[in-house]
Amino acid sequence: MSVENGMSRRAALVKLGMFLNSVVAVVLAVPIVRYLLSPVTRGRKIGYESWLSLGGLEQFPAGQTRLATYRNSLVNIWDGETGNIACWVRRVDDQTFQVFAINCAHLGCPVRWFPQSSLFMCPCHGGAYYQDGSRASGPPERGLFQYRYKIEDGKLLIKAGEMPTPGQPVANNSGGKTTCA
Amino acid sequence: MRLIQKLGDWFDLRLQLGAPIRETARHPVPRETASWFYVFGSAALTCFMLQIVTGILLALIYVPSAGEAWNSLQTLNHGISLGWFMRAMHGWGSNFMVAIVLIHMVQVFLFGAYKFPRELTWIVGVLLLLITLGMAFTGQIMRFDQDAYWGLGIGASIASRVPVIGPWAVNLMLGGPIIAGATLSRFFALHVFVVPGLLIAFVGLHLLMVLKLGINEWPMPGRIVRRATYMQEYHELTHRQGVPFVPNAVWKDIFFSGFILVAIAVCAVHFGPFGPSGQPDPTIIQTAPRPDFFFLWLYALLSFLPPSAETPILLIGPAIGIIVLLALPFVAGEGEKSWKRRPIALLTILLVAVALGTLTHLAEHAPWSPVMDAWSSQPIPAEFLQGRTALERHGALVFQAKQCHNCHSLNDKGGQRGPALDTVALRLTEDQLIRQVIQGGGNMPAYGKNISPAETTALVTFLKTLHPANQKPARNASQAMALGASEVSPR
Repeated sequence: MSVENGMSRRAALVKLGMFLNSVVAVVLAVPIVRYLLSPVTRGRKIGYESWLSLGGLEQFPAGQTRLATYRNSLVNIWDGETGNIACWVRRVDDQTFQVFAINCAHLGCPVRWFPQSSLFMCPCHGGAYYQDGSRASGPPERGLFQYRYKIEDGKLLIKAGEMPTPGQPVANNSGGKTTCA
Repeated sequence: MRLIQKLGDWFDLRLQLGAPIRETARHPVPRETASWFYVFGSAALTCFMLQIVTGILLALIYVPSAGEAWNSLQTLNHGISLGWFMRAMHGWGSNFMVAIVLIHMVQVFLFGAYKFPRELTWIVGVLLLLITLGMAFTGQIMRFDQDAYWGLGIGASIASRVPVIGPWAVNLMLGGPIIAGATLSRFFALHVFVVPGLLIAFVGLHLLMVLKLGINEWPMPGRIVRRATYMQEYHELTHRQGVPFVPNAVWKDIFFSGFILVAIAVCAVHFGPFGPSGQPDPTIIQTAPRPDFFFLWLYALLSFLPPSAETPILLIGPAIGIIVLLALPFVAGEGEKSWKRRPIALLTILLVAVALGTLTHLAEHAPWSPVMDAWSSQPIPAEFLQGRTALERHGALVFQAKQCHNCHSLNDKGGQRGPALDTVALRLTEDQLIRQVIQGGGNMPAYGKNISPAETTALVTFLKTLHPANQKPARNASQAMALGASEVSPR
């Protein structure tokens, strides 16, 4: 067996074998990566948010801020109670609402409403917000996250489904009322 | 005995492991390294093995499902014979492991063991520290309670701040749009398969290098590490004056590991398992989430960073810290090993220890968090009410009703987010008090819209009584000049 260019036939076969295996590895990596990225791609393509009901308007007296809960739209049976999400509903007047995420705009801890002083306070790092959700003091850089809402058949609906975070403060973050029904 | 010998020979002929094991056990180490300072690496390994055993035992019962995990922890605590002890051993084993890994790292740093030719051993060690912390964090998630739930929320909020890919990172971390079943499942996979696999692989690499390169010799002031001569010098230290690792050095490792295991067991029996705290139900918002001990310093840091600097420090700080640790052996790969000749190294350790210790201590009190129920659970001490007028007492009522007590303490009772008000009348005049209440500022919310003029008057009248009996309250001296002495009533 002659050796040309310092490579025997067997060494060449080893290299060819390794090349074939790298091709297989790349081909297999595609489905693996797509599988791993499914939480991201799903959110990008279809989106996680949908209109969810917080219940009848009569639960929210004008001028008051009340805790409301909803069941997330995308849940599995084994999610248990983690599929239930809380939010604060402020009824400004008959048709005007503000729906605040429960998560502090600092690091996501659950803020509590104190009607006596009209403040939201966070138990983690001491963030505080006024009744309209704007920042009052503490480490948060911004006011509370707000959900978009609309009123249909005497019910309050919010566009929700994803945990609001400082990097993704609810789709179209400004909150406010949606007119298209 | 002959049967055992025969069996041993039968296996050794087929395994061929006897000779290399004997050689490894008896390999010479520098005489001075048979020391109590050299026991922490093996103790960390012992902790890790305990974690594997207790972890497997817990996995026999634990259900990694968001809907069931908390209940299965309750079953472990109360329904299974000695389930609580297994949980306590695993929890305390985790705390001991992090602590011992840190002590081991400090010892290695102060003894200059990261210098040539052990740079890679140090780098793998840094990775092992990060992996151990990763185990501690993911383990805290396994205890799927309120702290775990909101801890994940904090993790997601930090991840979301990464520029551009932040929101994707959150989805990837949570396995979906919210903290739910998929989140626990993936953290379970990390805690039970991925991270321990990495840990085993890197521990193997770490130990292999310790064996191949030899244990770091006892540093002597003046004995300088030079790349050209070190290997020869170390060879002489081990082969001329060295002692066999077994039994001369190993007995201290064995004793210390045994002591650590006993200490973990004693803590487990005495203090019991960690939690779980309340159910991971996000609609129960009466909770004040706290991280586990080894992440308390981070919790404190996050409350002290100014808002504008927070995101860059959160994202860049850890990267810088890790780069500094990884670069250390390349920056200081040669030279003096003894800590007696390395004052900056010693000061660095002291500085880091004091900083972490202070932050951890602060986090245990969390003075930056409002005491959420102080306004309704902690009455104003009687000495601030005795002999006061009706208006002043009404002001005290306003003080409670408007939750001032949540952030301001009286007689060390109440929140510490804002300044204590025991002697506030010495610092602020009446006008300044009114301005502060109505406009806020200095990190205090403005109460102007939330408090009526009558309530403000009552509150400020009460606040003006908060001064020692023998000291006069602050007054605006120029006011008397401007308005004329007659218009300023003596107070």
